[in-house]
Amino acid sequence: MKIAIIDESPARASIIEEGLAGLDQPDIHILTRRNGLLAQLEVIGPDIVLMDLGNPSRDVLEEYFAVSRALARPIAMFVDESDDEAITASIDAGVSAYVVDGLSKKRIKPLLDLAVKRFNAFARLESDLKEAKGKLAEREAIDRAKRILMDSKKLTEPEAYGELRRKAMSSNKRVAEIADAVVTAYEMMGD
Amino acid sequence: MGTQNLTIGFLPLVDACLPILAQEHGFAEEEGLSLSFMKDVSWATVLDRLLYGHTDAAHMLAPLAIATTLGRGRPAQPIAAPFVLGLNGNAVTLSKPLAHKVAMPGELRDPRQLGAALKVEAAKAKSAGARLRFGVVHRYSGHNYKLRYWLAECGIRPDEDVEIITVAPPFVADALEDGEIDGACVGEPWNSVCVERDVGVIVLATAQIWRRGVEKVLAIREPVLDRKREQFEKLIRAMRKAGAHFVDPANLEQNSRILSAAQYLNADENLVVRAISDRLVLANGAPPTHFPDFMFQHSEAANFPWVSQAAWLYSQMVRWDHLEYNAQDAARASSVFRPDVYRSATKLTGDDLPAANSKVEGSVSQLTQVGAHQGSITLSQNTFFDRRTFDPEHIEDYLAALP
Repeated sequence: MKIAIIDESPARASIIEEGLAGLDQPDIHILTRRNGLLAQLEVIGPDIVLMDLGNPSRDVLEEYFAVSRALARPIAMFVDESDDEAITASIDAGVSAYVVDGLSKKRIKPLLDLAVKRFNAFARLESDLKEAKGKLAEREAIDRAKRILMDSKKLTEPEAYGELRRKAMSSNKRVAEIADAVVTAYEMMGD
Repeated sequence: MGTQNLTIGFLPLVDACLPILAQEHGFAEEEGLSLSFMKDVSWATVLDRLLYGHTDAAHMLAPLAIATTLGRGRPAQPIAAPFVLGLNGNAVTLSKPLAHKVAMPGELRDPRQLGAALKVEAAKAKSAGARLRFGVVHRYSGHNYKLRYWLAECGIRPDEDVEIITVAPPFVADALEDGEIDGACVGEPWNSVCVERDVGVIVLATAQIWRRGVEKVLAIREPVLDRKREQFEKLIRAMRKAGAHFVDPANLEQNSRILSAAQYLNADENLVVRAISDRLVLANGAPPTHFPDFMFQHSEAANFPWVSQAAWLYSQMVRWDHLEYNAQDAARASSVFRPDVYRSATKLTGDDLPAANSKVEGSVSQLTQVGAHQGSITLSQNTFFDRRTFDPEHIEDYLAALP
């Protein structure tokens, strides 16, 4: 079974590829560049095309599938309406799957399930990373705010943190938000 | 009852403006509604999110809403369009070499003269073995239909004499620069981006092809419209108010700034203001050209979903998909546009409301007072450039008479 993965993020593409490697004799092709996309697909002649929902070339690809005579068998996202549950899961995960007509459902289902799992895993990875970055930025803001309070109000570090925390609790906000406000105010007031 | 929320999918284009401004200026809030937005980069994904419930409604190409209802390319799913988000607002941009041969860069030429000059170049290119190639944003788009309407009337057969392919709007400028395409019909700000990068020249506004051509609609799955009818009527009222704000020249800069923000169009504010003010810079370095009604979002009950507009789109689907005319499909396509919902949302608001649901499209060549249920509506010129008229009661005759 020939599988084409179209993804402008090589990292995600390889995570998906790795996930599909467990299938029986997968023949996986990864396409990460927009240029010459259709020509490459024509050469590969895939049975299944996986593409993330955020790819701006989706309309181009759908048009190609709709009118092209180049592929031996027509390919569509919705071969069978009874696939609806699988399609819902894939849309939720952020992946669209185009399948050639005639490919049996028994063969599509496990592949789609794996792809969905991998997409979800990648999304989690990304959000973890984003969260970690956010946390790092928050910690920096808190450190700066503490320094500002220590300098201007002659407080010790624990006292400065205590001030931030007290204000946060009384105004029903997070410490990081108060710290942000302190830093912003400080920047606006000048040195 | 607290504020109700609706999620709206959109593509970053200037004509996604009304729901965005309804939220940003608090018109939605006034109705007890709050809007969240889901931005995507392809129509396929905007549609998938609508069909699979990630969004309640979407900024959608009107022909795509009809194609989805008729099951073109995928199993049919009924879509309702109770509000037209705008008329026209697209343009044809040509590569610089081609524009210098057929147009007067910096001016909008008469569509017939431009078409005649283009026909010569198209024939030359074809006999040299490389047909001119045009990009449109989607097979089921007003862009595709208006471009084809213009070409065909000028004696250029869209499927034989030139080639029309799909190009995603953000890549139009690249495709022109690389010589992948010779021209494109696309919405703003993407024509202006081509001009700014000096890789293309705007030669024609789609409003020159059909002065009042229907463009995007608010698309909703029929069952969702039934379930959340009250919220959608609120949304319609809020968008009417947003439209009044949008077309007021005093608000130009403010609205351009809002729409250009990262979470919406993420575009250059200076380009967005050109489309909104109907003053496009057609060629790099040229002074702006004022073409009134380049975009048409509010007056003359522009948001009213005339079923005759849907019927026209169906006629073009039959024409270019090479389908047999089918009365049942025509009726189904026309019923995608839902003036009944628009009416019940705006009745008692004093807003302009036509008396009829359908009209002969392209028949108004001078200011004409039309029947109104409430308010007062004077339609101005709404003609096609070839002066044909479209009577939704006689689609087959219309199709037979087209080139």
